Amino acid sequence: MADSPQYDKSSRYTEGRGLPGAFEGETVTRRRFMEGTTLVAGGVATMAFTLPALGFALGPVLEDTTPTRWQSVGPEDDFTDETYVQRVINLVPEIGDPGKTTIYVRRANLERDPEVEGQETQPYVAISTRCAHLGCPVRFIQASRKFVCPCHGGVYGFQGEVEGGPPVRPLDRFYTRVRGGRVQIGDRFSLNSELKRFSPRDPSNHLDGLWQYIYPARPTT
Amino acid sequence: MKLPAPPRPKFLRPTPPRPGRNGPNDGAPATKPGVKETAVEGAASAVGWVDERTGATPFVRYLVYRKVPKGVNWYYTLGSATLFAFLSQAVTGVFLAMYYEPDPTRAYESASRITNEVFLGEFVRGMHKWGSTVMIILIFVHMARTFFFGAYKYPRELNWIIGVVLLVLVLMMGLTGYLLPFDQRSFWATVVAVNINASGPIVGPYLADFLRAGAEFGPTTIARFYALHMLLVPGLIIALIGAHLYLVVKLGVTAPPWLKAEKKDLLREEV
Repeated sequence: MADSPQYDKSSRYTEGRGLPGAFEGETVTRRRFMEGTTLVAGGVATMAFTLPALGFALGPVLEDTTPTRWQSVGPEDDFTDETYVQRVINLVPEIGDPGKTTIYVRRANLERDPEVEGQETQPYVAISTRCAHLGCPVRFIQASRKFVCPCHGGVYGFQGEVEGGPPVRPLDRFYTRVRGGRVQIGDRFSLNSELKRFSPRDPSNHLDGLWQYIYPARPTT
Repeated sequence: MKLPAPPRPKFLRPTPPRPGRNGPNDGAPATKPGVKETAVEGAASAVGWVDERTGATPFVRYLVYRKVPKGVNWYYTLGSATLFAFLSQAVTGVFLAMYYEPDPTRAYESASRITNEVFLGEFVRGMHKWGSTVMIILIFVHMARTFFFGAYKYPRELNWIIGVVLLVLVLMMGLTGYLLPFDQRSFWATVVAVNINASGPIVGPYLADFLRAGAEFGPTTIARFYALHMLLVPGLIIALIGAHLYLVVKLGVTAPPWLKAEKKDLLREEV
């Protein structure tokens, strides 16, 4: 007469736990194993199309697709270091008019323009009209020598530095160079309140103090 | 008082039964069923065929004849009103998509063609444009009703949460749809809206790049807004409306707050 089986619920083996149909040395029942396999297979299949699709949608965040374009805005004689001259450049030529933007250009004045340590000065100062608050187009008021934003009353001084209103940093600028006597405009860059250069940021992103750390640079720049 | 029947032409007058036929106790075989009877019979059997295989009747009966507390009033129709506003947006949106071209050089032109040239285009576009405002107003009124009637309380908290997510999704519809006419107003509003997204800490800059498809408003930004506007967000909205309605039907609606606790018997009474 066989001993009445003694089952141990905490046993490693299905046989020891007294599960029906248990095999010797089996730690996971076949039913449970198949359940797990099905779930894993389903998960893998779902991920196999979800992850590539997600990456596809997020691509522009991770990948820089805009090439550097140097655009000529006129001969050197067109510009002085006294005041700004208005020019239109094409940021995104593919989309026509919406891709154009107004910039204000003047010759850099090595005496008046503050020099930032460790950064080569640009031959020309090309100021972006994208307000550093929320991106409305600012315009230069000749009489007061200030940039003024129509949306929320941001005011910038002659250097593009914030003088009033909600903007969080000075107006962005563009890299400039002179080729064959013509002034060329390159990529945009951002500045903090000391006019130190940073990679191009969106409006409203701070670049001073502790604030700058909650607005990371683009992974692409 | 029985009024005399108006005079009718001969072919409209009902044929009187043949003598000895069709009387209730006649015992004679019934007449051959007419076209109407056959049609009714056929429709009933078709419905029955579906019903037998889907079990729709108990479901529909549960859905339509569920008990509601005494005192429900017009405020309880705001959710349905929002649902119909959504359906109107969905239908007009599907048809607008037949004429609209989400391309930066073609968008404005195609939108203005819908308004100025396509038959009824002005009406359908107007429905979609004004309907979006109506829908958002209805959502907020519906939300206020839920709040002031205390209908968000146990056990309906989850439905409140789903409702809030739906609200956010509908606002996203408003935001993504605003760009599509691609005139000056919608362009600059979107520029500012994307920059507001960029002002969020940590994720802001990435979110803005995601929305714009890059660092600048580019050739695929409209297509991206369009895809969000007509595929991704509506899909989520439909799924969540399903969950919202399921919970409404499962949990029932709340009694209005002015029905006092001592009137409990009244609440239980079948309406």
